[in-house]
Amino acid sequence: MGRLRFNKEAGIKWLLTLFALSSLLFLFIIFAFILAEGLPLFLKVGVTKIITGTKWAPTKGYFGIFPMIVSSFLVTFGALCFGASLALGCATYLSEYAGRRTKLFLKPALELLAGIPSVVYGFLGVIYIVPLIREYLGGPGFSMLATSVVLGIMILPTIISISFDALMSVPAGYREGSLAMGATKWQTVYRVVLPAARSGILASFILGMGRAIGETMAVIMVAGNALKIPTSLLDPLRTLTSNIALELAYATGDHRSALFSTGVVLLVIIMALNLIANFWVRKRVPK
Amino acid sequence: MRFDPRTVSRFMTWSLTLQAVFAVMILVAIVLVIFVKGAPHVSLGFVFSYPEDMGRHGGIFPSIVSTVLLAVLSIMCATPLGVGTAIFLTEYTRESNLTRVIRFGVESLAGIPSIIYGLFGFIFFVITLRMGWSLMSGTLTITIMVLPTIIRTSEEAIKAVPKNLRMVSFSLGATKWETVTKVVLPSATPGILTGIMLSIGRAVSETAAVIFTMGSSLGLPTSLADSGRTMAVHFYILAREGISLEKAYGTALILVLTILVINIVAYYLMNRMVEKYS
Repeated sequence: MGRLRFNKEAGIKWLLTLFALSSLLFLFIIFAFILAEGLPLFLKVGVTKIITGTKWAPTKGYFGIFPMIVSSFLVTFGALCFGASLALGCATYLSEYAGRRTKLFLKPALELLAGIPSVVYGFLGVIYIVPLIREYLGGPGFSMLATSVVLGIMILPTIISISFDALMSVPAGYREGSLAMGATKWQTVYRVVLPAARSGILASFILGMGRAIGETMAVIMVAGNALKIPTSLLDPLRTLTSNIALELAYATGDHRSALFSTGVVLLVIIMALNLIANFWVRKRVPK
Repeated sequence: MRFDPRTVSRFMTWSLTLQAVFAVMILVAIVLVIFVKGAPHVSLGFVFSYPEDMGRHGGIFPSIVSTVLLAVLSIMCATPLGVGTAIFLTEYTRESNLTRVIRFGVESLAGIPSIIYGLFGFIFFVITLRMGWSLMSGTLTITIMVLPTIIRTSEEAIKAVPKNLRMVSFSLGATKWETVTKVVLPSATPGILTGIMLSIGRAVSETAAVIFTMGSSLGLPTSLADSGRTMAVHFYILAREGISLEKAYGTALILVLTILVINIVAYYLMNRMVEKYS
């Protein structure tokens, strides 16, 4: 009996170990399959021709995705310009100025909104933002500006929630000390609280960037998907993610491989962002 | 020229308040617009009837069924795997290189954008394993996608269970597994359920990963090998291809309502967990 129980316990431990290792296995096969499909084209056509090439005509042998890389970074940067300072302002208000009851109500309300499907943001962008831009600023409306605004709104809840947590984890003593020395509320916030929460705030920006650069369907809806490097805010553009989603359904042969190559580039960018974010988060929570 | 710090401070208080009001208003406006514009197009008939003419007329019943099936099936796969991983990480091992590598794997999975899951599911499940565009391919892809959420929330929940409970259980002669199943897991249930609800929310609102694995057939899926079109995918196609603005708003309302209810339940459960142990 005792022996049997020992075996059962050991068996359970093994099973749980296998479960835990499954995440690593999934990560491995995801990378393996994306790389296996995407890398051969890099070797065949040449890394520089794909990454710095400006012409995308995959059925005719042109696989340049440089405009899409640029576009992805541009809209992500645009989203941060639009969303980050607003989100940080909102988080600062919530943690430093708002009363307890406002805090208790607004924080969960904002987090609920983080769950709204991205297609809904894209749809409302098409209905409200695109015509507004076409009407008052010119161009087709489907543009870098529209995409940046939609993505900027979409990353609001993410950034607010994480930087709020970072601000709240600054010890109350910092604030009291600063106020006791005669600093005003804003001086305290600007010189003491924000710097103390710096790494958490940066991490929230990077996670917001990750969400913006990885977003697909909403971007397809508002970006216009044109195949060139945008030269103004009102130009349509195509990002790495939308390039994949627009063509995957019907692509074959080298064309399909090229979409996986696009995925490889996207994966590399995302992993780099995650490593940076992880680095900041770890610095924030000394263990 | 220097401004009086007190004036600056007062100005900033106003400015930050305005920013917060603005941010909240944008987000509230999104929900309001969907509710106001969607409500006239939603009825029992809309929910329970089949779409006609590519969704131009009729309802979204098959899409609701597809969404529920996809969410339930992927949660059924991801929960044992995720909770098991969380139990292993918290109860069965110490911090070591192994746990660090596993945590790194989980974090990396969490950071991968959904279109990459779509690409992967397409090439692995749909093409290589010959499952085709099916409920099965979609379920397995979404399972991997929501796994990190379940692992992280379950881990937090299990960690929050006080040490004393385990000590008492061990001192009564319970084995590790008995302690885990009869003491730790019951106390951690609300937290684990939070992770499950959040994962259901992700499965319901996902588009990119679903459209390339589960396809977008408008029929009612009756087996794992059938393709299906979830509400999010249906909404995307209606809106993108300009099929019907009214039906798009109607679908969006049901979609947003579902997500809000799921998230509210998740939040309620999370609060219960926090109240219990703090």
